[in-house]
Amino acid sequence: MQKRFVSLWFRHLLTDWLTLRQPELQQVPFVVAAPERNRIIITATNLLAQQHGITTGMASADAKAVIPGLKVIDHLPEKVDQLLYRLGEWCIRYSPLIALDPPYGLIMDVSGCTHLWGGEQQYLDHLLNRFRTKGYDVQGAMADTVGAAWAVAHFGKADAIIAPNQHIEALLTLPPAALRLDQVSLERLRKLGFYTVKSFVSIKRTALRRRFGNDFLLRIDQAVGTVDEPLQVIHPIEAYHERLPSLEPIRTAEGIEIAIKTLLQNLCERLRDEGKGLRTAVLKCYRIDGGIVGAHIGTNRASNNTTHLFKLFALKIDSIEPALGIELFTLDAYKIEEVPQDQEVLWASDSCELESNDLAELLDRLGNKIGTENIKRYLPYESYWPERAIKKATSLTEKPATTWRTGRPRPSILLPCPEPIQVMFKLPDDPPVTFIYKGERHEVKKADDAERIECEWWQSKRPHRDYYVVEDNEGRRYWLFRSGHYTDEGAKWYIHGVFA
Amino acid sequence: MPTVQKDIINKLQKDILAWQGFSAPTIAKANSIGLGPLEAAFPNGVFPTGTIHEMLCYNLTNTAATCGLLSGLVAALMAQGGTCIWIGTSRKLYPSALNAFGVDAARFIFIDVQRERDILWVMEEALKCEGLAAVVAEIREVSFAQSRRLQLAVESSKVTGFLLRTDPKKLSATTCMARWQVTPLPSELEGQMPGVGLPRWQVDLLRVRNGTPGSWQLAWTGDSFLSLDEQLHQHTFSTTRQVG
Repeated sequence: MQKRFVSLWFRHLLTDWLTLRQPELQQVPFVVAAPERNRIIITATNLLAQQHGITTGMASADAKAVIPGLKVIDHLPEKVDQLLYRLGEWCIRYSPLIALDPPYGLIMDVSGCTHLWGGEQQYLDHLLNRFRTKGYDVQGAMADTVGAAWAVAHFGKADAIIAPNQHIEALLTLPPAALRLDQVSLERLRKLGFYTVKSFVSIKRTALRRRFGNDFLLRIDQAVGTVDEPLQVIHPIEAYHERLPSLEPIRTAEGIEIAIKTLLQNLCERLRDEGKGLRTAVLKCYRIDGGIVGAHIGTNRASNNTTHLFKLFALKIDSIEPALGIELFTLDAYKIEEVPQDQEVLWASDSCELESNDLAELLDRLGNKIGTENIKRYLPYESYWPERAIKKATSLTEKPATTWRTGRPRPSILLPCPEPIQVMFKLPDDPPVTFIYKGERHEVKKADDAERIECEWWQSKRPHRDYYVVEDNEGRRYWLFRSGHYTDEGAKWYIHGVFA
Repeated sequence: MPTVQKDIINKLQKDILAWQGFSAPTIAKANSIGLGPLEAAFPNGVFPTGTIHEMLCYNLTNTAATCGLLSGLVAALMAQGGTCIWIGTSRKLYPSALNAFGVDAARFIFIDVQRERDILWVMEEALKCEGLAAVVAEIREVSFAQSRRLQLAVESSKVTGFLLRTDPKKLSATTCMARWQVTPLPSELEGQMPGVGLPRWQVDLLRVRNGTPGSWQLAWTGDSFLSLDEQLHQHTFSTTRQVG
């Protein structure tokens, strides 16, 4: 899905908040200042103060010279972070993935959210207007990457929505600072006369790396979108993880059983509430001697059935060696899937179909003991070559893409690989009269005409095979073939199967 | 024998069967498997489902013939839906061949067990799963106690199990319902035509619990079994079947 991000920039976050608390501040210029190296330095200004040319980083004495009677408020440490976090939480109504962008910004992953507000423009307008009517001075932009959204929000025109795949053009005219570069790089770029992104972005990467370092290139890549930028969201989706510490070290199988049951109950309760089920789960037991033992289960179908999952673990309890005792059990579900809601069926058939839950649970039990790779199901495959006419199904519910071939008979038993036989034939193009297989001589009484099967040319250059169905004097039916043409030097006879 | 005594004996036989767990079949279920006169060998004259059958497969051709007969039986068992589980250590059954016996091989689940001793565990677990059409296991050795365990498993779930005994030296008494042996017979085509004809087997029931063992000749016509004994005695039987 096309990723879309919104960057919000609260230009006067702290002063806006103070104004909200004390409405009388609305009409007067004021600043927030904190002592730094024996000077009082301004850390935030409101819009009125800014219009008089007061910026952050100024000494408050200088500012008072510009505006006599300027109100100076003591800095509130950590208030900005708190405020930003609370605004981020409030924004969760617009998107579940919100990340903080300190000191004064928020980044929102809005992929797939905007249509709920009727489109991207309406979404952004709605979001920004809510903040503005409240009294926060905010700038926002939407783009394909975090970097581009940030750049446009801070340096582009207000409330811009950069259409999908247009963000590179939008970046070109912006100053280098829009790429979130460090101060040293910015200074160096300014000295070199690069005033817009366009002027240096097409320079060879090796040259840029030599002069500015890897971080510089990373910032460009993040803005362009060639490198993914992970967000540290404020409410990450919680991992499916359960812990159970024990007061006394547990050393018995019953104790382990109880622990697994408790863990599964807690986990399954959460999974049921969310309509999900687990496909793989890992149990880890931390022993008091420092060792970690565990068990791993997998299911064919997402399941949140405590009894069934416990049965799977029960098969593995024997392999858990408690030694001196286990003090902590953890259970992680790494693979989670939606559980299809089972509809109550009034006339359920008694038979166990491939889709039925009973079969999936049976195969889970078998697979966890003998290995899931040993459980196979075959589907027809579009190939005449006998070894390739079947393919393994990837899941229980996979439907055959083609039908089983019905034309020529196929043997009930196919040898894992063709075995060479000695033959005698009257005419070279005919089925053999006698053949010797494993020291036993078979007189061929009846035979069908040859069925020529060629290997697909893109698979290998093996010679074609001429298959014959033959029946010997005792009524035993075999599938023989000659590899290659009868005039060929290396033409050999093989037995490949036995018919019913 | 006077008819009164015969009736009494018949009634007693029925009672004994009922006490042993063989309920008299309903009309709908009767003759469902399509084995023809062979079914008369079983108690009440019905192929018993929900029990364990034992089939002797000593060599490759034997195994192939058994697989053929078994595919036909499973086709009838799977007609009502369900899946079949096939367990073995060195499985050679070719899924493409099953279609000729009217089974969709996609509804077969093959379980390739690494160790011989896991087969019985897997089979017992599978037999406990209600609704499966059939469970087939290729196995060398089954002790009497182990076969009893399997029998107990099917009694509640009503799944039909087949044991393919691959080692003649390890043959022992079991609680299985019947012991089968299938050997291939020369095929015949009508009117001395050249080529190989329909698969034909000699089916021997060496042992049947509460039934009458015997020997029959069967052929597979492509969609059903054809009894060759009956064909010899009753010429009308084959007219209802399609050969093809």
